[in-house]
Amino acid sequence: MPSPQLAEERRKEVLRQCLSVGVATGAYGISFGALSVAAGLDLWQTMALSALLFSGASQFAVVGIIASGGSGAAAVATSSLLGLRNGLYGLQISRLLRVRGLGRVPAAHLTIDESTAVAIAQQEPAAQRLGFWGTGLSVFVLWNLSTLLGAVVGNALGDPRRYGLDAAAPAAFCALLWPRLKTGDTRTVAAAAAVIALTVAPHAPAGIPVLVAALAAIVAGAIPARGPRDGMDLNDTGTSSGEQAPS
Amino acid sequence: MTLWTTVLLASGLAFALKLLGYVVPHQVLDGVVVSRVTAMLPVALLSALVAVQTFTAPGGGLTVDARAAGLAVAVTALLLRAPFLVVVILAAGTAATLRALGWG
Repeated sequence: MPSPQLAEERRKEVLRQCLSVGVATGAYGISFGALSVAAGLDLWQTMALSALLFSGASQFAVVGIIASGGSGAAAVATSSLLGLRNGLYGLQISRLLRVRGLGRVPAAHLTIDESTAVAIAQQEPAAQRLGFWGTGLSVFVLWNLSTLLGAVVGNALGDPRRYGLDAAAPAAFCALLWPRLKTGDTRTVAAAAAVIALTVAPHAPAGIPVLVAALAAIVAGAIPARGPRDGMDLNDTGTSSGEQAPS
Repeated sequence: MTLWTTVLLASGLAFALKLLGYVVPHQVLDGVVVSRVTAMLPVALLSALVAVQTFTAPGGGLTVDARAAGLAVAVTALLLRAPFLVVVILAAGTAATLRALGWG
């Protein structure tokens, strides 16, 4: 379906969201850079993770496992389990972007929680694409710059918890999730996923709880919709423009 | 495994997983059930991330600390329709303030 151009005002609104998310997660990159160097990786290895792996949760897992004396294999396995969800995001995002051939390489690389969340929070196809690319690029640039900053001066800055940066990340995810919680079905799935993740967390390695929580989506999807209004197709994601999406 | 091997192997696999989502034929997603599942997946994963990042300690054990207060303030701000960046800053500010006061 052809997508009309976005009005200038709407375009700016989406771009502001992209930049906000980049700033929010970029700030978190400072703590990643500092933690990575503290774990014993050198500056280049730290930068390689942010530029090449480019998925915050996986990067923190790699660094955390190495810091606690875990094996390289455990670090790679945990990172990959966490990375599975990006593949799941890709399944959905690939339908919005309509990229082909080599265009899939940069698109895949930028497929992370943030770019996916901003894209699906938009209603119009053009805004979804702008949201994906804008957020992916702004997070990529700011995440790498802040990783460098963190690696170079992070230790001098001290504990990132002092600045509440560890509370900023879940708040950002929550704000991105918010517009998706309009229907009873999505609220049920979100609540079930949170409960599942927290139930599993004390008994499983980092990364597993979030993956197990995906079961909530699979079960909910397999149960027939109660009515047409609950149909979760891509064009009915429950977002109504104007209110809510982060702005 | 050397550190470089770990870094590059983790990066290569991460990219391969991301790319997988783009090379699976779209027809695979055309069923109603698959469509519902893929639309619900980000909701479930994002919600689980919020829960895990807010309520777990480094070892995986459950804990309630300054991050929970930050999240509560964030949710309140969202209910009041605050803009995204305000929500994030309020959450970080709440956690930082509580810690400065010696809690969480």
